[in-house]
This record gives sequence, structure tokens and C-alpha cells, in this order.
Amino acid sequence: MKTVRLDLSELSVRELNDYLHHRLASENVREVEILHPNGMHNIAVGLDYPIELHVRGNAGYFTAGMNQQAAVTVYGNVGWSVAENIMSGSVRIKGNASECTAASGHGGLVVIEGDSSSRCGISMKGCDIVVAGSVGHMSGFMAQAGNLLICGDAGAHLGDSLYEAKIYVGGKIHSLGADAREEAMTAADHATVAALLKRAEVDISSKEFKRVASARTLYHWNLEAHQEY
Amino acid sequence: MCGIIGLMAKKKELRQSLGELIIPMFDCMAERGSDSAGLAIFGTALEPPLRRFSLFTDRPAYDWNSLARSLETDLGCRAEITTRDNHAEVVAGIEDDSLREWLKQRGKGVRVLAVGHSIELFKDVGRPDEVARRYGFSALSGTHCVGHTRMATESQVSPAHAHPFTAGEDFCLVHNGSLSNPYSLRRLLEEENLEFETDNDSEAACRFLQWRMRKGDTIEQALGAALDKIDGFYTFLIGTANQMVLIRDPFACKPAVVAETDQYVAISSEFRSLAHLPGVAEANIFEPLPEQIYVWQVAA
Repeated sequence: MKTVRLDLSELSVRELNDYLHHRLASENVREVEILHPNGMHNIAVGLDYPIELHVRGNAGYFTAGMNQQAAVTVYGNVGWSVAENIMSGSVRIKGNASECTAASGHGGLVVIEGDSSSRCGISMKGCDIVVAGSVGHMSGFMAQAGNLLICGDAGAHLGDSLYEAKIYVGGKIHSLGADAREEAMTAADHATVAALLKRAEVDISSKEFKRVASARTLYHWNLEAHQEY
Repeated sequence: MCGIIGLMAKKKELRQSLGELIIPMFDCMAERGSDSAGLAIFGTALEPPLRRFSLFTDRPAYDWNSLARSLETDLGCRAEITTRDNHAEVVAGIEDDSLREWLKQRGKGVRVLAVGHSIELFKDVGRPDEVARRYGFSALSGTHCVGHTRMATESQVSPAHAHPFTAGEDFCLVHNGSLSNPYSLRRLLEEENLEFETDNDSEAACRFLQWRMRKGDTIEQALGAALDKIDGFYTFLIGTANQMVLIRDPFACKPAVVAETDQYVAISSEFRSLAHLPGVAEANIFEPLPEQIYVWQVAA
């Protein structure tokens, strides 16, 4: 078992990812540290191995995209589409994330310790997302499965065209999107929120959360709605 | 996809190295747009009636000196000229309209890229890093600058279609995105007797904003009207003699990142092009919100 330190001021992202895809098992690597990410895109995309990976600085678009098994931590901010299509494992961002966090994520856990901007959790398909701060507009758009937990505020049109994903909001909701509605928190919801906060290691236990889910009025075509939703 | 960049020096000491600092920003954003590039840089304002005219021709081995001498003879003014590749800067005490009229007769193939007391503008086709080297961006100094790397999506690749676009004096705009109603904007402005140089959508936005300001709007009011009238995707970055102004469309479809320290305000489509800036690790880095108007003023 060893720890490897890779420096992006010496390696290209392609070389880095090639190493992460092909050499971790044969070299028995358990921990990887990435230095000087400098906002570069596609860092640690396509991981499929149970390692701990630490990115020391700000990273760019698609960081840790399609992650499986690995536990990735970014000690900085990330650009668009962090953990896009995550399948399993975890991705933790110590700073802020830009748009489309965990878009289409199927499984695993994504934690944003700061804020996440617009379209957070767009089309999520089963992953869990915990945002300690606030999210921007159109978050949870067409989210199909999984949980999106927002400790701060949610921007405009939250949960527009929502399917079966659940959204929990600790702060204010600017506005709800089409077919999204606020529902009463059940005992099961309280348990889900508590479990998510524990898994995400986010400590805001005193907060009350609101539950937002689909009203399911868009599931079937309604001729009488005259395109007004 | 296109790249936008902007840099404003908050401290006088930084003004000398503005061009040098912008080069890596520019080179990096070449990856978002590599067919053409441009930069508008604002420096110390000339005393009226003197104006700077940024001129362009793609005629090979153009005799700029002879153009300047004829200008002096015909319009009875002194004209200082500095040339670089396809570009020339003329400093003369004449009105914008007089020069344009005169060019129609005597300067065939020469276009005015920018006019004002502070603005100097370069734009051309080619890889952005190559354009930057050809026009010596690294040696430029000034209070602030606005740049663009273009990947054409809706109108042709030509020097005239490259950004920044200008309208009026000391006013320019760069745009990442695409507009869906540029032709209705054009029709609106053509009724006001405004003329266009290209069929580019960003030019329509630039002329719309400057037209509103000429009618008495502040930049904030003009952008408020733009939110109402301009449909499409945009991050606009605007340069005026003493301001740098940013706005993103209501959906925030196109990216922007701001890094601000006590030394500078730097703006780019992506953080990676700001990563080299001195002190960026301690900078206040944020993503501008949709529909918010951000204005940075040059320090006195």
C-alpha cells in the first residue's frame, strides 16, 4: 500500500488520468495526492478503484466525473459539472462548486461544503448530494431519483419538472419550478436528512428542513392545461 | 463557445504590466475559441480635441504613412500614426464623423475599429496566441482591458466579425454566447438610422447598449433594457473609458469567473486562465450571478 503524489505542473491531465486508470492496482496504491490543479478540466475523471484522492487547489470542469469507488476530496473550488454521472464512491468539495453539480449522478455521495451554483443535481438518477451552503437557480431540474439536501437557500425554479428525487431545503426557497411542491416532512424524511448529514459530516443538526417533491401532474399529458404549467 | 477576459489594475504600478499579465489569460482562453481574437485596452485619456483612432486594413504592405500625410493635408490637422501589422493607431484632433467620411473617399480598404480618447483596439483572424504576438499585446499598458477569443457559431470568420465590437466613443463589448433575436434588434436600431458593419449578433447588442446610453441611459439602465429586449445566451463584458461591466443572461448559460484582490479585478470565462495571476490564491473568487450587473470603476 502506498501514497503517490502527482504534480500537474509536470504531468498533463491526460497522463494523470492514464495513470489513475491503469496503474493503481498493479502498484497497490491506496492514496493519491494531486498538486497544482490550477483550474484544469477533467481531473480524475473515470476513476474505478477504491482509493482516497486529494486534489490540492482549485479544479476545473468535470472534476471526478463518472466516479466509481474512489473517495475524492478537492481542497478548493471546482468548475462546471463536478462528479457528473457519479456511479459510486464519494466526491467532497471543500470550497464552492459551479453549475451542474453531480449532473445525471446514478449513485454515491457528493458533498459541497460551500455553495453550488445553478442546476445543481440536474437530472440526478440516484446519487445523494449534500450542499452545506446554497444552490442557484433550476437546481434539481428533472431529477429522477436520489436525494438533494440543501442546508442553505435554493434559487429560483427549484425542482422544475421533478420526477422521484427528493429535495430537502434548510433555508429559503426563492421559488419552486413547474410541478414541484412543498410537502410535510415525515418521520422517514427526518431519518433520511439525519443520515445524509451524518454521512456528509455536515453539522447543522438544529435546522428544520422542508421537503420538496413532485406533484406528478406532468407525468401524463394534459390536454386541458393549454401549455400552462 | 468563445472566451472572454478582462483585467483592471487597481494600483497604478500594475498598469505598466497589464499586457504582460493578460497574455497567459489569452493563451489559455484560445482553447475556447481559436479562429480570431481581439483586445481593447484603455489608457490615459487624450486631451480633447485629440482622439485615438484604431484603424485596420487587410491590404498587404499598406502605405499607412502616406494615408496619414494625406489626412493632414486634406483635413488640416496633425496626425500621428503608429503601425503594427494590419493595424494603425492615428492620433489627431478631428471628429469621428470627419475621419469616417474622409476614409470613404481616400482610405479605400481601411476600417475604423475604435474611436475615443482612451481606447485602443486590435482584432484579427488567427490563433489568439499568434494574434497577441503579432500585435504586441505583452507590451501594452493601461488601466483596464477587455479581450475575446472567438469560435464563430453564427456568422463568418473575418477580422470585422472578431470581437471586441465598438459603438460610439470609448465603448466596446465582447460576448460569449449567441443571441436569438439579433435581427429584431437591428431592425429597431436601423429605424433610428444606425448603421452596422457586420451581420454579427454581438454587434447588434453592442450598438443597442451604446444607443441607449447616447439617449441618456446609464450603463445600468441600458443593461436593464437589454435584459428585456435581448433574447439568447450571453455573458457580456463591456469596457468604457473608466469602467468594466459584466452581465450574464437570466439562465446563466455561459460561464464567467471573477478574481478580485486589492491589486486587480480579473474576469475570465474559466478560472484556469486566472490561475497564474499573482496573489490569486488569496483573491476573492466568485461566479457572477445571472441578471446581476457588475460594474468596476477605474480608481482615480
